[in-house]
Amino acid sequence: MTANGILQLVAYLVVLVLITKPMGVFLTKVFRNERNFLTPVMGPLERLIYRLCGIKPESEMKWTAYSGAVLMFSVVSAVVLYGIMRLQNILPWNPQAFGAVAPDLSFNTAVSFTTNTNWQAYSGESTMSYFTQMAGLAFHNFASAAVGIAIAVAVVRGLVRTSAQTIGNFWVDLVRCTLYVLLPLSMLATIAFVASGMIQNLAPYVTATTIEGAKQIIPMGPLASQEAIKMLGTNGGGFFNANSAHPFENPTALTSFIQVILIFSIGSGLTYMFGRMAKDQRQGWAIWGAMTFLFLAGLVTCYTAEQSGNPITEKLGIERTATATQSGGNMEGKEVRFGIAQSALFATITTDASCGAVNSMHESYTPIGGMVPIFNIMLGEVVFGGVGAGLYGMLVFVLISVFIAGLMVGRTPEYLGKKIESKEVKLSMMALLSLVFCILGFTAWAMVNPVALKSLANNGPHGLTEILYAYTSAAGNNGSAFAGLNANTQFFNITLSIAMLFGRFFVIIPMLAVAGSMAKKTSVAASPGTFLTNNALFGTLLVMVILIVGGLTFFPALSLGPILEHLLMGAGKLF
Amino acid sequence: MKTIITSLIMTVVLTVLVGIIYPLAMTGIAQLCFPDKANGSLITRDGKVIGSSLIGQSFGSPQLFHGRPSAAGAGYDGMSSGGSNLGPTSKALMDRITHDRDSLRALYPELAGTFPADMLTTSGSGLDPDISVANAMLQAKVISRTDSLPLETVETLVRSHVQGRDLGFLGEEHVNVLELNLDLLAHTKH
Repeated sequence: MTANGILQLVAYLVVLVLITKPMGVFLTKVFRNERNFLTPVMGPLERLIYRLCGIKPESEMKWTAYSGAVLMFSVVSAVVLYGIMRLQNILPWNPQAFGAVAPDLSFNTAVSFTTNTNWQAYSGESTMSYFTQMAGLAFHNFASAAVGIAIAVAVVRGLVRTSAQTIGNFWVDLVRCTLYVLLPLSMLATIAFVASGMIQNLAPYVTATTIEGAKQIIPMGPLASQEAIKMLGTNGGGFFNANSAHPFENPTALTSFIQVILIFSIGSGLTYMFGRMAKDQRQGWAIWGAMTFLFLAGLVTCYTAEQSGNPITEKLGIERTATATQSGGNMEGKEVRFGIAQSALFATITTDASCGAVNSMHESYTPIGGMVPIFNIMLGEVVFGGVGAGLYGMLVFVLISVFIAGLMVGRTPEYLGKKIESKEVKLSMMALLSLVFCILGFTAWAMVNPVALKSLANNGPHGLTEILYAYTSAAGNNGSAFAGLNANTQFFNITLSIAMLFGRFFVIIPMLAVAGSMAKKTSVAASPGTFLTNNALFGTLLVMVILIVGGLTFFPALSLGPILEHLLMGAGKLF
Repeated sequence: MKTIITSLIMTVVLTVLVGIIYPLAMTGIAQLCFPDKANGSLITRDGKVIGSSLIGQSFGSPQLFHGRPSAAGAGYDGMSSGGSNLGPTSKALMDRITHDRDSLRALYPELAGTFPADMLTTSGSGLDPDISVANAMLQAKVISRTDSLPLETVETLVRSHVQGRDLGFLGEEHVNVLELNLDLLAHTKH
């Protein structure tokens, strides 16, 4: 680690702490349907949308109606996206005259963007028209993010309400999230991005003639506006194939820093909102503290591994130690302007959250450096997490921790003054196990399928990690990849789509059911025997439960992949 | 049924708002306030586009500075951005590094010793426009011989192109290869 590298990580932590409260206060106002400073501008637009869609904003929904609306909106919007891709050759803004997208790839992409995964089996600059990018993909960047946040808010309402039947109105949460949170912040970020060199145009690609007389095609497009919501909404789907490593998609170290701040901003604010709504700010900070601990543990591991580099390339004559004029470390797949620290920061954050954007290629990371992203996703992306998904994912672990604590002291577990009963624990376990089932089940299937193995780009333990990463990323709705794997085959397009759907909806529906069940309960008075959930002791227990559940489940797979590879790398073995 | 209709109208309304109006409005603002950057920071000479200052390109001539090895297509292909995606125990990666190292050393006797971390590795995008300062300084020795320029002149030129860390601490110091080469060409012409 270098002093400057550590300074960059500390600066990030400081910014994260500073934005948490203002973001949380604002989110609370938005989702309590209170007036805020944007109401004069957005209020009329909000009412217009309700009128057009025939929504009665004052009527609330039970959890079943809420889930129904989430599902229906997801299905309808996915079908529309599928249609746009299949018809992009006859739709406007297609200056490169790209043909219609293939059916299995369209299906995979529609599922991928609807579930906030943004797994990309295609290369943006040579596949998608500007219309598909804007009206299809950028729309889903907004919509899938707003859906995630809406669900988190509904789950929180369920936990904090007593003797209530309803958990909010999905349409109102969706619209208010889009108008008051996502759109204004995206506009600000777009302007900052363009000012730093990101492109934003509808022009055809430019053909340059280099000083040595060669031709180079320079792709164009409405990039910055999509980049802003890609990060803010933890979507992560790149405009170009190289994602945020592409110099147009991430021109400077400053834009990279802003991008990683955008990834955590809403997730961090939501923990504060949770504290406000629970009328006990320390409940929010306990969760924030557990998240931050896991974040820093992953970050330090990843940064240390990448900065210490690869002993094999060192023997071939590549400098491994940082000096004043070069970064040292493992630079395969990384950009010079970012260096090791900004790359490790990005890799950790994009997988703590369900973002999946990359500013360096995870596939070329050292084994331990590359294990951090995959393990982050395996833990359920509960470290700030995907917008909304991080909070409701963390609440799954909170309920399980409370349950385990209850078992240990022999009392009925309680959370926020309400009893946790077998129904809630079963639903939480279902959410947890669906992820495990998808990751390990599909990986095992692919490993014994000769057709799937043809897609591998690397052999040895790294090949196992490639496939394990793909299903982990899909089930976790992350979208980043060990990108050497050729995933644009029928087998992968379809199985990964199934993993994405399971990973999204088999968590959402059980959690909304928990919310509905919790909302109905009455509050029990706290007694001296009540296990407190708003202090460091609970935060520690929560971290332990996450690590033990995640560790026990995935350790065997990880030991055959990255851990084995790490040992073999030390021995200089090649595949 | 009512939910389906609401979903459909909502999809259409939000698509118009965030999928069409928002990007078009942003394009308008970007084109008005930052036309150069919004259109790709293109560099023109004699009215012809010769590249973008943000997108790296291939240089073959021994009289010019070279960028990093590139995994984008046949090298710096703007239509196929991406990395090598070779892992840390990949034989293909080590063969590539060995091959590049040996051919560099054969062509340029100045390049003895170890190489800066970025010099034999491919970037994530395959379009990295930059090299590290150490990389540029090492190449300066070669350029000084091939262009018959005093080493001091070339090193001063490199130093004038070093871009510092953003806000003084973000990222790494780097040198833009295309801009450096354009400046170098201006020098060698006189």
